[in-house]
Amino acid sequence: MNAGKRSPAQGGLALVQTDAPKGVPQSVPALLTRNARQLGSKPAYREKEFGIWQSWSWSEVAEEIDAIANGLLALGVNRGDHVAVIGRNRPALYWSMVAAQKVGAVPVPLYQDAVAEEMAYVLEHCFARFVICGDQEQVDKVIEVQDRVPQIEHIIYQDPRGLRKYDHSKLHSLATIQAEGRAARERFERELAGREAELDFDSTCVMLYTSGTTGKPKGVVLSNRNIIMTAKASSEFDRLDPHDEVLAYLPMAWVGDFIFSIGQAYWTGFCVNCPESAETLLTDLREIGPTYYFAPPRVFETLLTSVMIRMEDAGALKRRMFHHFLNHAKVIGPRLLDGKTVGAMDKLKYQLGNLLVIGPLKNTLGMSRIRVGYTAGEAIGPEIFDFYRALGINLKQLYGQTEASVFITQQPDHEVRPDTVGVPSPGVEIRIAESGEVFYRSPGTFVEYYKNPESTASTKDAEGWVATGDAGFIEEGSGHLRIIDRAKDVGKMADGRLFAPKYVENKLKFFPNILEAVVFGNSRDFCTAFINIDLTAVGNWAERNNIAYGSYQELAGHPRVMDMIQSHVEEVNRSVAVDDMLSGCQVHRFLILHKELDADDGELTRTRKVRRRIIEEKFADLLEALYAGKSEQYTETEVTYEDGRKGKITATLELRDAATVGDADTTRVAAE
Amino acid sequence: MLDSMDQGHTTPDGRTIGGVVMEMRNITLRFGGVVAIKDISFDIREGEIRAIIGPNGAGKSSMLNVMSGFYNPQDGEVIYRGHKRPPMRPYQVARQGIARTFQNIALFDGMSVLDNIMTGRLNHMKASVLDQALWWGRAQREEVANRQKAEEIIDFLEIQNIRKTPVGRLPYGLKKRVELARALVAEPQILLLDEPMAGMNVEEKEDMSRFILDVNSQMGTTIALIEHDMGVVMDISDRVVVLDYGRKIGDGTPDEVKNNQDVIDAYLGVSH
Repeated sequence: MNAGKRSPAQGGLALVQTDAPKGVPQSVPALLTRNARQLGSKPAYREKEFGIWQSWSWSEVAEEIDAIANGLLALGVNRGDHVAVIGRNRPALYWSMVAAQKVGAVPVPLYQDAVAEEMAYVLEHCFARFVICGDQEQVDKVIEVQDRVPQIEHIIYQDPRGLRKYDHSKLHSLATIQAEGRAARERFERELAGREAELDFDSTCVMLYTSGTTGKPKGVVLSNRNIIMTAKASSEFDRLDPHDEVLAYLPMAWVGDFIFSIGQAYWTGFCVNCPESAETLLTDLREIGPTYYFAPPRVFETLLTSVMIRMEDAGALKRRMFHHFLNHAKVIGPRLLDGKTVGAMDKLKYQLGNLLVIGPLKNTLGMSRIRVGYTAGEAIGPEIFDFYRALGINLKQLYGQTEASVFITQQPDHEVRPDTVGVPSPGVEIRIAESGEVFYRSPGTFVEYYKNPESTASTKDAEGWVATGDAGFIEEGSGHLRIIDRAKDVGKMADGRLFAPKYVENKLKFFPNILEAVVFGNSRDFCTAFINIDLTAVGNWAERNNIAYGSYQELAGHPRVMDMIQSHVEEVNRSVAVDDMLSGCQVHRFLILHKELDADDGELTRTRKVRRRIIEEKFADLLEALYAGKSEQYTETEVTYEDGRKGKITATLELRDAATVGDADTTRVAAE
Repeated sequence: MLDSMDQGHTTPDGRTIGGVVMEMRNITLRFGGVVAIKDISFDIREGEIRAIIGPNGAGKSSMLNVMSGFYNPQDGEVIYRGHKRPPMRPYQVARQGIARTFQNIALFDGMSVLDNIMTGRLNHMKASVLDQALWWGRAQREEVANRQKAEEIIDFLEIQNIRKTPVGRLPYGLKKRVELARALVAEPQILLLDEPMAGMNVEEKEDMSRFILDVNSQMGTTIALIEHDMGVVMDISDRVVVLDYGRKIGDGTPDEVKNNQDVIDAYLGVSH
């Protein structure tokens, strides 16, 4: 690749070395060539289409990618061009990314649920000349914003449905591009081989836009070195092999999916399975039975909630058996996973439970074959974590970010705990700054933020240390990293006590009835909270208790729901009070929001992280009312529907006090 | 119908509308002393979306039942592809390439979505009873081909996630979509839809409208539909027939019909 793509920041780095270690291919296309040669007939991709799992072997994939690459050459893709890829997880879109790499271009996957406006920013910023879309929905969005991104020369789509009547002067179907590529194969043979040979260990592998908890998204440039070295280290850490199976269902624009479905998949040669549609995910999961599985805590939470709800509706015998064996498994399961000794009777009973309850349950969840499971992105509730461990699922936590090509720390087998994120991944160095912020340095450390040297310089220093933005500490004895909160969110209350909102929010969110919580209190006298109820869990509870409701808003404002949430808040206060350092973070007043926090309204990031400041501004009237001690408040909120239209909802919310424990009480009295 | 003799044109959105494929000539249908339809004539062109609207009791469903062969009119004739259609049983009409859906959903509640859709392939099964009983030879080949067609329609209507769900457990809006699937899998040339959007919420209506438009443009299927919802009709139809008390009071493009004083009085007016 051209020199301009290389990072200026890496100039000062000690490890200037363009070649890969011995035996390590230099680029993802080189890995593909290796796999096609060594694993030729082994399945590389599967996708359920028309009710059947279609599969492609590594050699077939190599041919498909070759056809796309030649087609891209025919369209005139240059070295260093950015090729945007937007759509749900489908093999052809993964192939398109590798094909773009093959011709010396840089793939830029985008979030498929991004609204046109967000998409325009990224397309503009990376100056994409080519966009590869999954279907009509994505094509429409690109066409909608084309005035802002006039540089786009061609749009390629995979699913032709609904697009037949569109103007095809700039629009092409992927099948046509491939057919043209196949026809032009001989013509481009030397050109393609030449471009592929130019790729080295430090040429750009992919550019991923961070979801941006604050401000505009930034384009994180990751090199082949970043991706391949990280994939190698993490695959070896968990002994992944070509017989592993993964389900690719997380957004393609997210670094994790790129590492799992391209990095590790190409490194180890395992098979990537794509679901039929988002709605069939659980069925597809069961049919595939992945051996290596990643899901954010929310997915595990939702699954657990649905299992519990269904057990409530089951017959008495089944329910009793379920609880009996599960309670036993909660003690024994994790011990067995951690390789600790277990009594013979306990073991026998666990096996009986496995036969009667746990095995079938795991099968229903599609988790029978999971050898390695990871969760990351947010803290996971101890109960949730323990539930899956009790089932004998080797669920572990990892800590990472886009800038690190995912892996910073991860939990080794037998050392799994809900409150830590594990030990530094192989090749990663960790340092805790005096402020408590966690820094790391690794072969996966990103090259730069695209067209943003200031941010690059403020995030990564000359020696390659990167600030994570998270505050944490290394636990003595175990050497595990524990994360407290976002460094910038950790603050001081008016009386100087430590304020760590995430810590409290996570405790609140561990209740199945609470979907989301936002705690305020920086520079204030006491803490308050906005709560989002979980419609599935609370709705089911309402049904069982004969509480009628017509809408989310009505349920959220129901006095008995308020009572229930109040008891949860008070329970959290009791548990927060135990920790001297954080006892000031008890929630004195709270309300239940009348709408679900949503990424379309800018309240959450696309990866569903709370955008604290935006929420604070948007609901300023409610926050003020909480601190003013009012008992109810009228509010109007603008909402954005999925098709981009805007509407307004109004509500009068009840604001409540929650009991607190210990010395925090005095502050509350003073405030009132 | 001054231009009824021309051989077709292209719509602004690029679809081709061909010549007349079905024509109703002076149809009169009586039930005892009740005249449900009185001397009504109109035609349907190849590739168009043709709506039949009217207030309650206007004779819309009766008209659709005449088209599908369920009722045989006392007077008048149905011309299909240039030939007068003799009185026929519904299954004979179906074999001619006319499929329909029902206002009150007529699915097999205990069967899965997939099985319901497969029943729509009945006219494409030629294997003998013996072959089918043994699932051998032709029966096996046919089933594979039919399943493939059914899966294409499932994909088209985006109902993959309920493929194996018993129809009885589905919400109303989805049942309507399954019914559409069953009609489509028969690969009809003309699709008759009896109030496809009745009882749906706005979102479901939008989805259904999109599917109807997609069926028309992607598969080239001619569509005749009965609908109450004026907004939907005006948005998706090429031409509209308006019935009132068994009489035809208007016929033309949505704009023409909207401005027709008789239609305004009868249907949109205040007299009801």
